[in-house]
Amino acid sequence: MDAQVRTPLIEMKDISIAFGGVKAVDHAYIDLYPGEVVGLLGHNGAGKSCLIKILSGAYKRDAGQIFVNGEEAHISNPRDAKSYGIETVYQALALADNVDAASNLYLGRELLTRWGTLDDASMEAEARKVMGRLNPNFRRFKEPVIALSGGQRQSVAIARAIHFNARILIMDEPTAALGPAETAQVGELVKQLKSDGIGIFLISHDIHDVFDLADRVTVMKNGQVVGSGRVSDMTKDEVLGMIILGKCPPGALPGPGAMQG
Amino acid sequence: MTSAAPGAASAAPDEPTLRRILRATEVDTRMLGMIFALALIWVGFNVYTQIQSGEGLFLTPRNLWNLSVQTSSIAIMGTGMVLIIVMRHIDLSVGSIIGFVSTIIGVAQVRILPEYLGLDSPAIWILAVVLALVVGAAIGALHGSLVAYLGIPAFIVTLGAQLFWRGAAWWVTAGQTIAPLDPRFSLMGGGPHGSIGATWSWVLALLACVGIVFSLYSGRQRRARFRFPQRPMWAEYLIAAVGCFVVLGATLIVNAYPWPERVAARWAEANNVAVPAGGLFISTGWAIPVLIALVVGFAMTFLARRTRFGRYVYAIGGNPEAAELAGINTKRITVMVFALMGMLAAIAACIDSARLDSATNVLGQLDELYTIAAAVIGGTSLAGGVGTIYGALIGALVIQSLQSGMILLGFDSAFQQMVVGVVLVGAVGLDTFYRRRTAKG
Ligand SMILES: Nc1ncnc2c1ncn2[C@@H]1O[C@H](COP(=O)(O)OP(=O)(O)OP(=O)(O)O)[C@@H](O)[C@H]1O
Ligand SMILES: [Mg+2]
Repeated sequence: MDAQVRTPLIEMKDISIAFGGVKAVDHAYIDLYPGEVVGLLGHNGAGKSCLIKILSGAYKRDAGQIFVNGEEAHISNPRDAKSYGIETVYQALALADNVDAASNLYLGRELLTRWGTLDDASMEAEARKVMGRLNPNFRRFKEPVIALSGGQRQSVAIARAIHFNARILIMDEPTAALGPAETAQVGELVKQLKSDGIGIFLISHDIHDVFDLADRVTVMKNGQVVGSGRVSDMTKDEVLGMIILGKCPPGALPGPGAMQG
Repeated sequence: MTSAAPGAASAAPDEPTLRRILRATEVDTRMLGMIFALALIWVGFNVYTQIQSGEGLFLTPRNLWNLSVQTSSIAIMGTGMVLIIVMRHIDLSVGSIIGFVSTIIGVAQVRILPEYLGLDSPAIWILAVVLALVVGAAIGALHGSLVAYLGIPAFIVTLGAQLFWRGAAWWVTAGQTIAPLDPRFSLMGGGPHGSIGATWSWVLALLACVGIVFSLYSGRQRRARFRFPQRPMWAEYLIAAVGCFVVLGATLIVNAYPWPERVAARWAEANNVAVPAGGLFISTGWAIPVLIALVVGFAMTFLARRTRFGRYVYAIGGNPEAAELAGINTKRITVMVFALMGMLAAIAACIDSARLDSATNVLGQLDELYTIAAAVIGGTSLAGGVGTIYGALIGALVIQSLQSGMILLGFDSAFQQMVVGVVLVGAVGLDTFYRRRTAKG
């Protein structure tokens, strides 16, 4: 499958955002094709979350363009992003702590009865179905999500992202709070979604997670892109070198953040 | 939604009876605590007056009826304050909104509307109420916009607004008191004529009982349709029985309070009814302001639990950033919540001015504090995200019970203030302690 001749699902060009004096994202770029998993790697504070939060509408970029299916997209809040089919599992999970799993699953997109009131029963029934697929051990549907474990909260956040026919899924450290079994489960889920033709951004600073699942990786450092390339053209050590030193290997395309010389 | 309800009620065999009942009926134990405190206050005052004057003055139909009327305006505003505090804001301006709105509608119904409609037009009171609601909502929306779009803290916006609207209320009438108000409008304040009498009270009570049974039944049907766990049948019967008992009991009490002798005599004369030897007994029944407060309580509960708007208010209170990321327009919800609060304050303004049959710029002073106290005593957390409408209603009743009890005992108002202050801090202290303990399990 030659991805390069097709129109990318997402193309972010020349994106910048600064907080006060900090250039969190500095002329960065990234793209994504249907059915592809792109890993976004980098140190703490490299700018990964900021870059994807611009795509998901959480932050407003200072400069740059976003294209969805080749057409320029206007994303200035999370609702805009969702209307393009962009769903996000945030690093901080972004759950409303004091309401239950079903309410979180449908937050902002509640099911209504024919009188326009909340249809909690249907939402709970749906939530039971989705969670049954994702995390069969999940039982605590009536409690506010603050009472759940980190892993349970994570499954609620993931369920919310995949339940609404996402075309583009952003997962920011989706396995951070999970044990080995659940991590493997998320891996399976990523593969399944990928085979459904969904494009996935997988963000992590742990390259082992990403290496097995991603087709390509982009590495960031200090807000800039160090380089990007196919996983099959690089070794783990080379990618580690990109993350730590900013040294771009021959198998990858160097970016402005690559070490000179 | 905010109270953690246990799922299937599979009782352990050696569980104590009380705990088993609580679990099966899924009642909020915190609410039971509040009702217990309320009962303590009522019985306490009654015993005290019995010792002091030889007869219990608190638990009489007369006092309880008065209590219900006095509670209604704070209760109405308390339901809105819950949502404000759940969203991590505060509204210090509601008392001043009462003052401003009451002078506006006072001027409208006494000086302006009669000129166009004639003195006796039934449209006057309707237009006055509509005007009150519009002005109240507009003021609230203004506060909400300043909070949401300019990012000024609600504490500051509404503190400034408290001064501003109190001053504006003075300007409207140049400090004069406007009285008397339109006679139809004044019915909203209660009193013998502003109450619905025995027959209608019983009709409403029976309707309420039917409503309770029906809602339990339809809730059960809904759970069955989705195969969710059900409460045991005996628990449903218990809830229905307690609910109907409260409704019918309260109706019995308000119907046991007769019209004052002189009012009854005047009515008898006007209607050519012979007054029997022992005097005429005409039941007062439910007062109109109390019915308004109950309707508001129901509407606000519906809004909080069954609509998107309510769900968003709680979600924003729990985690504003998450709500924003979920695509909720948090700024618009903020404006709506403050507008709603302004509207509820306007309803309170109608009731308060109708009760006094006059409009004055000092109406509603300190009411913001009692309103906040009602919400907080009712279990609303200032950290946001947590609070119930019925809690605020009970909280308002607690505060008003304390005050009217102390008036019965002849305590002066300085002392009353001190007691209410101590109770507020004590209640929140107890609640914090209780929550911390239950959180630890
Ligand atoms: N809201 C904000 N206000 C100010 N500075 C911010 C904000 N968000 C991010 N930054 C700064 O931008 C830089 C990039 O942060 P970002 O969260 O994108 O890092 P990251 O690559 O996701 O790191 P991690 O692996 O720890 O998640 C950091 O220096 C951070 O301090
Ligand atoms: Mg991050």
